[in-house]
Amino acid sequence: MKISVIITLKKDVLDPQGKVIHQTLDGMGFEDVNEVRQGKYFEIDTKETDNDKAKAKVEEMCKKLLANLVIENYKIIDPK
Amino acid sequence: MKSSVITFPGSNCDRDMDVALKKFGFRNKMVWHADAELPKSDLVVLPGGFSYGDYLRCGSMASKSKIMQSVINFANSGGMVMGICNGFQILVETGLVPGVLLRNKYLEFICKNVFVKINDKKNKYFKNLDNEVLEFHVAHNEGNYFCTNDQLKEIEDNNQIAINYCDENGKIEDQFNPNGSIKNIAGIFNKEKNVLGMMPHPERMIDTSLSGEDGSLFFKTLINNLK
Repeated sequence: MKISVIITLKKDVLDPQGKVIHQTLDGMGFEDVNEVRQGKYFEIDTKETDNDKAKAKVEEMCKKLLANLVIENYKIIDPK
Repeated sequence: MKSSVITFPGSNCDRDMDVALKKFGFRNKMVWHADAELPKSDLVVLPGGFSYGDYLRCGSMASKSKIMQSVINFANSGGMVMGICNGFQILVETGLVPGVLLRNKYLEFICKNVFVKINDKKNKYFKNLDNEVLEFHVAHNEGNYFCTNDQLKEIEDNNQIAINYCDENGKIEDQFNPNGSIKNIAGIFNKEKNVLGMMPHPERMIDTSLSGEDGSLFFKTLINNLK
């Protein structure tokens, strides 16, 4: 089963890359943009077949490695 | 005094550190990241470099490598552990020192000499050092120290800030902050002050014909403090 995870920076954390992307978009004529925040996306293909168990495992992965909880939040997307 | 320098895949300041430690009297051993056992050491150094290509987050992979469990146990039992640059990034990922190191504020790789002011001398790293200000070298892309407000309060209450970026006279101001670090923080201790993480490289300042000698002062003081 494939489970996806999105990691985003927490609100108070400065995201200089997002800022530069925003400025570039602005320069390209996309002037309606309020803010850009850059994050990470993971697709994890696991042997686990039980939805809840797989999600629990992925949550553990997020806490232990994929995200640094001082600066990042994670969101696990329900497997289809 | 015995020291160990851990080499991770992608470390590139490990041999510089070996040269520096030996120059000032340490009997140093190089330790491979996949080893489980740490040799008997008075000091363990996590060197600079780009361990695991800086994948995911700088230091995140290295912090989970086999040797690190021994390093963490060593630190938790009071052993001296120093992380320089990427080594500092590895330390924050293990949680041995608080906070994280973000991408530099202006998105540039910084490679230059900086001045740092020693904030605390009641520890084995800086005790008996005459200087208040040292000139070290920095070379990093992710040295922008960040922590939560709660962590910052705790760090300040416990006097855990080791060094701050400053000018040559020790003035700590925003204009002397190369990378956007909170409070110009360049290095930080754990609560017990046996673990030190810092972005600047003292090992690059040990030869007057190549650079300065403030690194020499640092290592000379360190080995004497450990005796």
